[in-house]
Amino acid sequence: MHQFLFIVFAVFCAGGAINLLVQRKTINSALSLIVVMGSLAMIYLLLGAEFVAVVQVIIYAGAIMVLYIFVIMLLNAGDEEASKGSNVAKYFGIPGLFIGGIIGIGVLLKHRPNDTPLKLGALYGPADQVGMLLFTKYLLAFEVTSVLVLIAIMGAVVLARRSDS
Amino acid sequence: MTVPISWYLLLSAFLFACGVTGFLTKRNVITLFMSIELMLNGVNLSFIAFATRLQTLDGHIFVFFVMVVAAAEAAVGLAIIIAVYRTRETLNVDRVNLLKL
Amino acid sequence: MPPSSTDYVRILPEIVLAVWGMAVMFAEPLLGPHTSRKGLGVFAALGCLLALGATVFQAQPAYAGFGFYNMLRVDHFSVFFHCVVILVALSTTLMSLDYLPAHKIDKGEYYALILLGAVGMCLMSSAVELVLIFIALEISSIASYILAGFRRHSAESTESAMKYFLLGSFATAFFLYGVALLFGATGSTNVFRIAEVLNTSAHIEPLAYIAVALIFTGLGFKVACAPFHIWTPDVYEGAPSPVVAFMSTAPKAAAFAVLIRLVIDTASPNWFWVIWVAAVLSMSVGNLGAILQSNIKRMLAYSSIAHAGYLMVAFASASNRELGISAAMFYSAAYAAMNVGAFAVISHMAGSHERFSSIDDYAGLGRRSPALAAALTFFLLSLIGIPITGGFFAKFYVFSAALRTHLIWLTLIGLVNSGMGSYYYLRVIVKMYMNEPRTTAPVPPVRLGVGLAIAISLIATLWLGVWPNAILHYTQGAPTILAGK
Repeated sequence: MHQFLFIVFAVFCAGGAINLLVQRKTINSALSLIVVMGSLAMIYLLLGAEFVAVVQVIIYAGAIMVLYIFVIMLLNAGDEEASKGSNVAKYFGIPGLFIGGIIGIGVLLKHRPNDTPLKLGALYGPADQVGMLLFTKYLLAFEVTSVLVLIAIMGAVVLARRSDS
Repeated sequence: MTVPISWYLLLSAFLFACGVTGFLTKRNVITLFMSIELMLNGVNLSFIAFATRLQTLDGHIFVFFVMVVAAAEAAVGLAIIIAVYRTRETLNVDRVNLLKL
Repeated sequence: MPPSSTDYVRILPEIVLAVWGMAVMFAEPLLGPHTSRKGLGVFAALGCLLALGATVFQAQPAYAGFGFYNMLRVDHFSVFFHCVVILVALSTTLMSLDYLPAHKIDKGEYYALILLGAVGMCLMSSAVELVLIFIALEISSIASYILAGFRRHSAESTESAMKYFLLGSFATAFFLYGVALLFGATGSTNVFRIAEVLNTSAHIEPLAYIAVALIFTGLGFKVACAPFHIWTPDVYEGAPSPVVAFMSTAPKAAAFAVLIRLVIDTASPNWFWVIWVAAVLSMSVGNLGAILQSNIKRMLAYSSIAHAGYLMVAFASASNRELGISAAMFYSAAYAAMNVGAFAVISHMAGSHERFSSIDDYAGLGRRSPALAAALTFFLLSLIGIPITGGFFAKFYVFSAALRTHLIWLTLIGLVNSGMGSYYYLRVIVKMYMNEPRTTAPVPPVRLGVGLAIAISLIATLWLGVWPNAILHYTQGAPTILAGK
């Protein structure tokens, strides 16, 4: 059952990611990104990360992607213009990615000996336990995030504000 | 029935690689930005998978913070995109080339 | 156990900066649309001074050590970088006082962003937990993206913000993936715990190598070292000059602090050759690129790549911890002082819409405004590395550290590069004193703010060049107490 569910959602996930790359319309790319995020939430659930799965749906798929779609609509970003890609990307980026990928897969395969098989919900992470950690060990990080969010709000206001007389 | 952890890690690496490819090949600023989100999602899956293997909730916390940062980045990034669009009327990165690269 | 009052003292500079930043933010809408924001700038500068005082207070031995559940650590190292970041923020605020009205972007948010961004940069130097390092890094980056696009009616400025933002977030994703793999390989996100695992376990997981490479890629973008430098000239050219002064020094120093803690201090596997190559590439690309530039901001952007390369030389010689790390710290302070000074002069000269940013615009400055020309000459000489300037001792310590760890080739390449580098700095100086001025229009008088910013940088550069021992002694205290030794 676990294997079956994993394969189904992994296929959705990978399919969404590939679809994002091949679509020429920005809005279609955004929708396939939502598919990726939704199926990732299910995969988190398979691993037992209950809280993270919920937050993934609410924040990522719910808030962030809505913002994207809103901006796409606002700016009327239609088809992507076909134009030459940058040379840096073509001659260094893609081969670099390819080599990096091969190295990565090689390492992962080598890594297999202590490859732990995971049961369904192998690490149960409910909201109360995550919350406890958040407000003890990670208290400072949590408080500092408020500065980050403040900067982001201020930046969005400063940059996107209509020109003032 | 169990799933080995490396499957999760491979999926996460695949998502990350898709994000990198998108960033290098796509030409629309918003799509570039979505590719970055895809990379971050791949990273998040790695965190959760490792946390499960290590049986510690620290990885979950990290994912939580990554999401906050992604939200902040999205707000600022889209504001920058709107500002560029206002001065430039284009979203194609190749056209945004007043400064030479 | 809730955090104790000692814990709060350990983040006192950050608290001061954050409170001041928020106060500026709240005060901004209360002022009318036509009121000058200079008062807010002065208020922000005051906050920087207070934060500096808080750092000095925090430097007492009683407050050294871990705080907030081992999230951060106050030591010589963190105090040193706090001082650098806060002084840069102070100078930037001062030089912006007259720049902002002149460019019609007189907004209180600007000062708030500098203060809040400085919170992130300060935390980067004291954080010892990857979660906190990551958030602090993002605070500093996001603040820089916004500041780069602050002249939002100018196409160049928004474009530079966009390029900075896209490549910066791309780099962040790499950094984050590296952190995830490091977490998987060592089972912890605490720097000291990671160091322990990497140094004691007989078998290092291969994942750790990839993790370090990815982290280096991510941070390499932030410090603009060579294979990851492409964004630098464009972003520096388009961003407002005081912002360039800020983001070419403070976030960079902070990112170097993270690199020291993370890559060197954990004795991460196989970093040596990566850093060696990055150092050589940065120095060569930076110096060769700078020779070809006709825009002074672009030239200094390439020069900053070259200086990141010299700093990397210090990193490569960190097998002798004391020498390498203290040389790197000294270099980042000296670079911050002289670069902020140079950009203070440039931002004064820029004129509306940053019209006068070509090197030719500086022709005859020696006659038009002898004081400004002298100041710029001093900073450029320091960037070359002439004695009695901070740049001289910075380079001296870096190369002697490299020699003492037997990096003969690296030292030679570095010396050849600094010889090459002196060409383009001297070219500007020659232009200023030997050529006829292009215009007879008088240079606008130097106001108090810019004057103070230039004076702070001058004093800092001179101090580092004439009495380096006090600072050097302080930096040498840092490596021994890093890594909990």
